[in-house]
Amino acid sequence: MPKILKKESLSELVYRYRIDAPRIARMRKAGQFVIVRATTDGERIPLTIANANAAEGWIELIFQVAGKSTKILSILMVGNEIIDLAGPLGRPTHIERFGRCLCIGGGVGVAPLYPITYALKAAGNEITTIIGARSSNLLLLEREMKELSDRLIVCTDDGSKGVKGFAADCVKTLLAEGEKFDFSVIIGPAMMMRVTSGITVGAGIKTTVSLNPIMIDGTGMCGGCRVTVGGETRFACVDGPEFDAAKIDWDGMIKRLNGYRSFERTSLEKHNCIVTGRPA
Amino acid sequence: MREQDPAVRGRNFNEVPLGYTETEAQTEARRCLQCKKPLCVGGCPVIVQIPEFVNLIAQGKYADAARKIKETNALPAICGRVCPQETQCEEKCILGKKGDAVAIGNLERFAADWEMAHGEFTMPALNPKNGRKVGVVGSGPAGLTAAGELIKQGFDVTIFEAFHEAGGVLVYGIPEFRLPKDIVKKEIGYLLKLGVVLERNFIVGRTATVDGLLGEEGYAAIFIGAGAGLPAFMRVAGENSIGVYSANEYLTRSNLMKAYKEGADTPIIRGKHVVTVGGGNVAMDSARTALRLGAETSTIVYRRTEAEMPARSAEVHHAKQEGIVFDLLTNPVAVLADNNGFVTGIRCIRMNLGAPDESGRKRPVPVAGSEFDIPCDVVIVAIGNSPNPLIRETTPDIAVTKHGTIVANEADGRTSKKFVYAGGDIVTGAATVILAMGAGKAAAKSIGEDLAKK
Repeated sequence: MPKILKKESLSELVYRYRIDAPRIARMRKAGQFVIVRATTDGERIPLTIANANAAEGWIELIFQVAGKSTKILSILMVGNEIIDLAGPLGRPTHIERFGRCLCIGGGVGVAPLYPITYALKAAGNEITTIIGARSSNLLLLEREMKELSDRLIVCTDDGSKGVKGFAADCVKTLLAEGEKFDFSVIIGPAMMMRVTSGITVGAGIKTTVSLNPIMIDGTGMCGGCRVTVGGETRFACVDGPEFDAAKIDWDGMIKRLNGYRSFERTSLEKHNCIVTGRPA
Repeated sequence: MREQDPAVRGRNFNEVPLGYTETEAQTEARRCLQCKKPLCVGGCPVIVQIPEFVNLIAQGKYADAARKIKETNALPAICGRVCPQETQCEEKCILGKKGDAVAIGNLERFAADWEMAHGEFTMPALNPKNGRKVGVVGSGPAGLTAAGELIKQGFDVTIFEAFHEAGGVLVYGIPEFRLPKDIVKKEIGYLLKLGVVLERNFIVGRTATVDGLLGEEGYAAIFIGAGAGLPAFMRVAGENSIGVYSANEYLTRSNLMKAYKEGADTPIIRGKHVVTVGGGNVAMDSARTALRLGAETSTIVYRRTEAEMPARSAEVHHAKQEGIVFDLLTNPVAVLADNNGFVTGIRCIRMNLGAPDESGRKRPVPVAGSEFDIPCDVVIVAIGNSPNPLIRETTPDIAVTKHGTIVANEADGRTSKKFVYAGGDIVTGAATVILAMGAGKAAAKSIGEDLAKK
């Protein structure tokens, strides 16, 4: 079973794990993800591969603690094994020399944005990056993204660092300044992707987003992750996770994300109760 | 065979049939006429030596009976439970002409269960190792059977399974109350004892490709038994509402991820009123699972009549006994949902059987103006599966049909690609466990023949 080689806390709820996984590291391309299980009888959850090194045989996952499964994952230590790790899954990002790229990451979405931006830069694109978070202590990979970008804009909801406002506001500003882009990739919470892509698509920029629906198997056999794209049903795990932002039924996708909220709440409450001995 | 009472079993996940006692088994076995020219054997896709094993049961030699079956059928405890014997061996039984056929399936199950409970493991005869590696893609019935045959031939065998648990449909598709997972684990355990290596969480097409395995990784041959795991959807409005599940998703959550157990990490929406669309075994499994998960009503909606339903008659019978409602000659036209996207009902239309289509079957035709709504909170779509595109998309030179199935001779498993073989649902489309097993066996034989010439 794959061992954890390195563990870092990137912010209050966000962790980066380096995991020994030679096969996955060798086959993996930017944009792909893995399915992880932290315990026997645990849930299967998808996590994007944030980085990998084929020569050294490791992958890195960056995840935010959101519910029971990620909470359990977050208490593992270096040397512990991940019970199940399967991948690399999903279609790799389509990388080409578009020209001027606008790469936008919100919250933990910056993690999957990094390898894509890396690949875009390697393909000879000019990179403008916007990274945003609720507050400065939640910004991720600022230094790494700065190294890749010709221009980096940081924004926070509360103004504790950089521009005060959302990524969408920063895009509007750039467009108002007369900036032109040939391609945009936006990754972050669903609502953020919806609103921000609304601006880029509206400006005629070809925009790709990486969707994060609920997944069960991740290999295309159940349809739990299905989204409507261009009026057709697509499976995010095998047809995606990236899709043309202009064609997505955002309403439907966001509604489906809420399908298990009550289960998620109860599950986390029970877990906290068992672990701490106190009701949530 | 004695069965659990329908009212009781409709609320638990225990098996429906209760198994034979030794007396019951011997009594049934003695009914067999031991025909000089047995017709039953020809009805079996893997040619189990039926009169021989039945005779051994009649003599009280249960371990020998199990061994006899295993000469040709690697997974008797499974087949004894899920084979449609009534359209295979039992249909041919001469006693069935005037009365009841010998209960061959029940006897197979008895012998296999007896051996599991009492039998000592004896290593079967294995050929000496020949130093060659064969890869098996998928640990469902086709792959398990192929692996079992190949290891006996002296190959080093590795099974690549995409999921975290082996068994394929045997674990994710067929529910606990039809096939206890404990039994599947034991059958797989037997293969591991023979020396088969199992690599879980390995998705062929992504973790490695078929060409990669044949090339750098040095596999002499690959058998593809990856199944038909891509669910078909109805393509009606509202189909992506919360509470609409493909049968694969519903059953995977319940069976593989154990959502049927209280407090499981993987949730499942336990609908109060569940509608399952479809008429095959998968639809029966879904509707009966819904009941066991606490549904007040569980309804099957099927566009044709019972005569056209592909499900095993035994399972349709069990479903009816448990109180599942059958809305036949009915087809969905839309799924209804509330403002938050949760299912509130399914709009259906009545059908009539009209003129026959090209296949000769009467085509279902909607009755204009007959729309009506069935209030429900969960809809399970069990209208069929086709193969997952991953393998064909990453193995560009393998011939496939327009349905996405791999082109292979059903008799020998050979595909258009040298040293690549295929069998089971990935070749035939969704079918049965026993047919997949027969295909796995045939392919293993071909692999032995072809590699001997190399």
